Amino acid sequence: MSTLSIINVKKRYGPVEVLKGIDIDVKDGEFLILVGPSGCGKSTLLNMIAGLDTITSGEIAIGGRVVNDLSPKDRDIAMVFQSYALYPNMTVRNNISFGLKIRKIPKGKQEETVNRVAKLLQIEALLDRMPSQLSGGQRQRVAMGRALARDPALFLFDEPLSNLDAKLRVEMRAEIKLLHDRLGATIVYVTHDQIEAMTLGDRIAVMKGGEVHQLATPQEVYDDPADLFVAGFIGSPPMNLVRAPVAHKNGKVGVNLHDGGETFFLAAPDAVQNGLSAWNGSEVVVGIRPEQITDDLARGHERSDRIKRRAKVDVVHPTGPDTLVLIQLNDTPVTCRVHPETRVQSGDNADLMFDLSKLVFFDPDKETRIR
Amino acid sequence: MADTSQTQTAGPQWLGRAVLYALLVVFAVYYLMPLFVMITTSLKTLDDIRAGNLVALPEEISFAAWVKAWGTACTGVECNGLKGNFLNSVSFVVPAVIISTLVGAFNGYVLTMWRFRGSDVLFTLLLLGCFIPFQVILLPMAQTLGYLGIANSIPGLIFVHVVYGLAFTTLFFRNFYVTVPSDLTKAARIDGAGFFTIFWRIILPLSPAIIVVSVIWQFTQIWNDFLFGVVFSSGERQPITVALNNLVNTSTGIKEYNVDMSAAIIAGLPTLFVYVVAGKYFLRGLTAGAVKG
Ligand SMILES: Nc1ncnc2c1ncn2[C@@H]1O[C@H](COP(=O)(O)OP(=O)(O)OP(=O)(O)O)[C@@H](O)[C@H]1O
Ligand SMILES: [Mg+2]
Repeated sequence: MSTLSIINVKKRYGPVEVLKGIDIDVKDGEFLILVGPSGCGKSTLLNMIAGLDTITSGEIAIGGRVVNDLSPKDRDIAMVFQSYALYPNMTVRNNISFGLKIRKIPKGKQEETVNRVAKLLQIEALLDRMPSQLSGGQRQRVAMGRALARDPALFLFDEPLSNLDAKLRVEMRAEIKLLHDRLGATIVYVTHDQIEAMTLGDRIAVMKGGEVHQLATPQEVYDDPADLFVAGFIGSPPMNLVRAPVAHKNGKVGVNLHDGGETFFLAAPDAVQNGLSAWNGSEVVVGIRPEQITDDLARGHERSDRIKRRAKVDVVHPTGPDTLVLIQLNDTPVTCRVHPETRVQSGDNADLMFDLSKLVFFDPDKETRIR
Repeated sequence: MADTSQTQTAGPQWLGRAVLYALLVVFAVYYLMPLFVMITTSLKTLDDIRAGNLVALPEEISFAAWVKAWGTACTGVECNGLKGNFLNSVSFVVPAVIISTLVGAFNGYVLTMWRFRGSDVLFTLLLLGCFIPFQVILLPMAQTLGYLGIANSIPGLIFVHVVYGLAFTTLFFRNFYVTVPSDLTKAARIDGAGFFTIFWRIILPLSPAIIVVSVIWQFTQIWNDFLFGVVFSSGERQPITVALNNLVNTSTGIKEYNVDMSAAIIAGLPTLFVYVVAGKYFLRGLTAGAVKG
């Protein structure tokens, strides 16, 4: 059983509280992503789990065993670093077997393990090279090999792919996913990369300022953000967040938007009708993803939860599979994602289809979700 | 048009090179001249020296002066040459260099990889040691040596030089180790390596370049030291620098310039040797920090 439970973990460095009470439970074989802006405490949390630094208060248990006072070597973990941290003075083979040697695993077993891991990661040909003779991608593999050799209860990854170029990153991402499926290992994985977070994670913990803002599956985090921060952080391009007054129309609550001239009404989904009606007359922040504002060509016909509006296009960014179009709503730039065959030009008026089924609303001051 | 612009830029460039090389040659001659005079003089006979001119080559090459300087020249009351003092110097310089370098490496390791409360203050205090003149510590050091019971002995000299050199070696190693990514020690800790294992197996193997820097620096400093030698040792235990001074200043009859020169070269040879052997690493070490990856 390789579970991980983090209970109310706090960490302060001098007067600064870097982790302000983290609660996370990771199931056996789960792939947990830690994501958040720079300096939010992801690496710190990972170091605490690894035992490289002590926690100020709280409890960390791996496989049901409290490890607060255990040193890293006794926690049955392996870690892959952003800088790879290969031992420069050792061959790849010795890098992989170093941990086994220290643990006095018999020679024969060591060799067997090195060969198994090398085969798994396809680095057999590199075993006798020095790290300085490897490319970035190869070093990355060796670093993973070193972690895999030990067959630990828990893998910790700290931005392992961020030093690779875009293409290699995609390849390694796929490989890590495959590896996880094959080994069924429990993994905690820190990343900056939206796509890594969405594709790899069973669950994502979105952190900011030493707190977990949301811990949920990638789809939940994407569709159902817990607060304004998560909504703005997850997704690329990010969710459009527009201040708008709450209004009533045809017996429904919604928000009023305008694009300079004409005002139009976006009705809230049924689930938030109740919650939002309390805000009647005041301003809220409405969140709508770029792909929910698209051209009618791509998304078919008008339905009850879809409305068609004409809007003036400010800027057009073709990305290949989609074209991003910027319009102004309530004096805020709003990104829309349209089909590239819709040949809009900046300055044009374009017909846009608003999908209202996934609108989300936030308290503009407390930044919490209105439900 | 193109031609003129080319000669305009090429002209000064060529001139610059010429001036540069001329200057370099002048400096090289300036520095090599004394060495040349020392070597030729040491190979001359006394008659030759008296007859000839300072920069002239010897009439015939004679090693008599060298033999005398090594074996029979008088350094004060005794006339046993420099050989005893040479061995004296070796016997405390080598341990002092090794110990101060190792301890410096260890200090650097602790101060960068295992920081503790006050480690930066400690480092700053150690740094101050680099600026303390020799003279200032003479009296307290004499007391300390007496207290430890190693006054006027080889271990005493080793102790003095290790203590005085630590500030420098620690500085060298600390500044080198701050360029080593801390992830390396983290990875090793997770792999199960302890404090000393990490030092021996991971950190020291990264350090040849900076070890060479430290060894050359310490060797030159300690071998060439005169003040500590003259204060903290006497008679048979004196290092070669002190003996050389005595040899040159012993005034029994005529001044034997050839013996003086041979003695001076003998005293200087070991540092020269260390530079030649380790020099290329020295340069590499000074520009180090390139151990990443
Ligand atoms: N040893 C330390 N002493 C004092 N403050 C520290 C220490 N280590 C980290 N911090 C602070 O803790 C905060 C969190 O750092 P951490 O490295 O965990 O951020 P991160 O989320 O990993 O950021 P990044 O994405 O940039 O890697 C930062 O504000 C940092 O300055
Ligand atoms: Mg980090």
